[in-house]
Amino acid sequence: MSTLASTSAPRPVIEVEGLTKTYELGDTVLHALDHVNLRVEEGEFVAIMGSSGSGKSTLMNILGCLDLPSAGRYVLAGRDVSKLDRSELAHVRNRMLGFVFQSFNLLPRTSAQENVELPLVYAGVGSAERAQRSRAALERVGLGDRLQHRPAQLSGGQQQRVAIARAIVNRPRIVLADEPTGNLDSKTSDQVMGLFQALWSSGLTILFVTHEPDVARYASRVITLKDGHIVTDTRQQPRLVGELSKGAA
Amino acid sequence: MKFSQTVPLAARALLRNKTRSFLTMLGVIIGVASVISMVTVGEGAKARVAGVFAAMGTNLLIVLSGSTSSGGMMGGFGSMPTLTWEDLRAIRRDARAVRVAAPVLSSKVTLRSEDANWTTAVVGTTPEYFQIRALTIARGSPFSDADVDSGGKVVVLGETVVTRLFGAGVDPVGRTIRLRGVPFSVIGTLQRKGQSPMGQDYDDVAMLPVSTFQAKIQGALGKYVPGIIAVSAISPDDTYRAQAQIIGILRDNHRLTSATEDDFSVRNLTELATAQEQGTKALTGLLAAIAVVSLVVGGIGIMNIMLVSVTERTREIGLRMAIGATPGQVLLQFLVEAVALATTGGVIGVTLGVVLARVVAERLSLPRALRVDMALVSFCFSALVGVVFGFYPARRASRLNPIEALRSE
Repeated sequence: MSTLASTSAPRPVIEVEGLTKTYELGDTVLHALDHVNLRVEEGEFVAIMGSSGSGKSTLMNILGCLDLPSAGRYVLAGRDVSKLDRSELAHVRNRMLGFVFQSFNLLPRTSAQENVELPLVYAGVGSAERAQRSRAALERVGLGDRLQHRPAQLSGGQQQRVAIARAIVNRPRIVLADEPTGNLDSKTSDQVMGLFQALWSSGLTILFVTHEPDVARYASRVITLKDGHIVTDTRQQPRLVGELSKGAA
Repeated sequence: MKFSQTVPLAARALLRNKTRSFLTMLGVIIGVASVISMVTVGEGAKARVAGVFAAMGTNLLIVLSGSTSSGGMMGGFGSMPTLTWEDLRAIRRDARAVRVAAPVLSSKVTLRSEDANWTTAVVGTTPEYFQIRALTIARGSPFSDADVDSGGKVVVLGETVVTRLFGAGVDPVGRTIRLRGVPFSVIGTLQRKGQSPMGQDYDDVAMLPVSTFQAKIQGALGKYVPGIIAVSAISPDDTYRAQAQIIGILRDNHRLTSATEDDFSVRNLTELATAQEQGTKALTGLLAAIAVVSLVVGGIGIMNIMLVSVTERTREIGLRMAIGATPGQVLLQFLVEAVALATTGGVIGVTLGVVLARVVAERLSLPRALRVDMALVSFCFSALVGVVFGFYPARRASRLNPIEALRSE
């Protein structure tokens, strides 16, 4: 992990040391993650790549506080979260993290605005403030005119933008996205990645998993996993939205 | 998440599946409605029984003569006169727990007015009897002790007799009727009392002084009372004491040794009333128990549907957990949903039960006896059913692993 030396940013938002996750399958012990070290600074835009079984999903789950490591340390924004209980983890997810999923995971038969309000409900925010903040978040993703639409009335790209609004509405430190463009066509993918780039340039830290190198080009840093190890970790000049589609055309 | 936020959340989840929510509630609706209607009808029946016994008389005891025994055939109580006028005087004088006592002689006699006749139960008694049977005078006045002493030819008629002899609503006071050819002056009529539980018409009666009855209708039996003695105890609690005292007095008077059985019988009607009340109480309890069972069945229905709902919404639960719902909040949400189902069913059930109870009470012409406490209790019970049967599914939801839940289809 020589790459860590190349940066000198003072505020790591993610610090992972010796992170290990093992699963016991009968007699064999599977190392999904094997002593992974990783440091992500505030304001980075990280793509995590790797084939299936490389451990990238496991890493995302642990970074997302959905799962606990078998061994190792995970410090999120200065707080060791590797030994919290389920309720404490839920609080961390609610206050510090925003999730975007491949399949959007919006509540059906529920308006865009109500979907976006959901994290605020669990944060105990009052209804007036919820309405105001959810509207602002939807406006930020360009859906200010779709507040009362239900997921079924929105296109895939619009649904993913609602999901992104939901991920940022509680002002998280990090947004984690798991194959955010996996269910979208290339043009819509472009728009969604453009939205991520806009959020990133406003200072948000974003990590996303993808298996498409084209999509990874949008990131400022690409990490590749294989068999539970980080095999490459490179910083790059991110390709801006529009360039890719032009290049492909 | 504040608790107040869980209620609209639950309401929204339930409204998303209206038909299913309603069908799930149906169990509780039927349960609560049956609790309310059954208990109300049971209370109504109890009130009616109480009313019937109140109509029979207050704190009533009846003293019957002994039985004849001719050739091994026991004639039953009252078939051989053993009660004497001295017995009556002794009861009036010595039985401390007895308020009043009156002889009751009765016979079927045909009464004639100028243009009608009617055969009815003619009762010869003393003025105390009005008090014992809680009879009130509608028009005119009852006969007095003076009438009894002088053997006055006066009669007090029940409303049915009035209707038969004079026509409905006619005031017969001052008119003359004939019994066995003897003219009697109608001096009063009785307030309506309705029917006994056996269908006997309490208003089909004519009452006259006992002396006149013996002189003109039945003929005297010397020292024996050719009928029964009706007794009123000083209070409902004193009927047993009165009974014991009467038995003591009569055994003394009849010079019965301890080896001899009573040659009379004292019936305590309060005892009967209590037994009846116990019976209706037991019936009410039984009906309530059945209703509670149906409520529990309704609760199982809720649990069943909540389990289905948790399974169906596994992905939603995973999402809620991912965006920050704690296990406690997920538990609360599903618990509130179950309780909302149960209490909504409870409210509908209470309403339905009240309506049902009214209809049934009207059909059976029972007095309405809606018990507000029962409505409250069954509503609270339905909420409890929601908590108890909602807990297991809610706990299951709260224990889901968010990663697996998100992955489920």
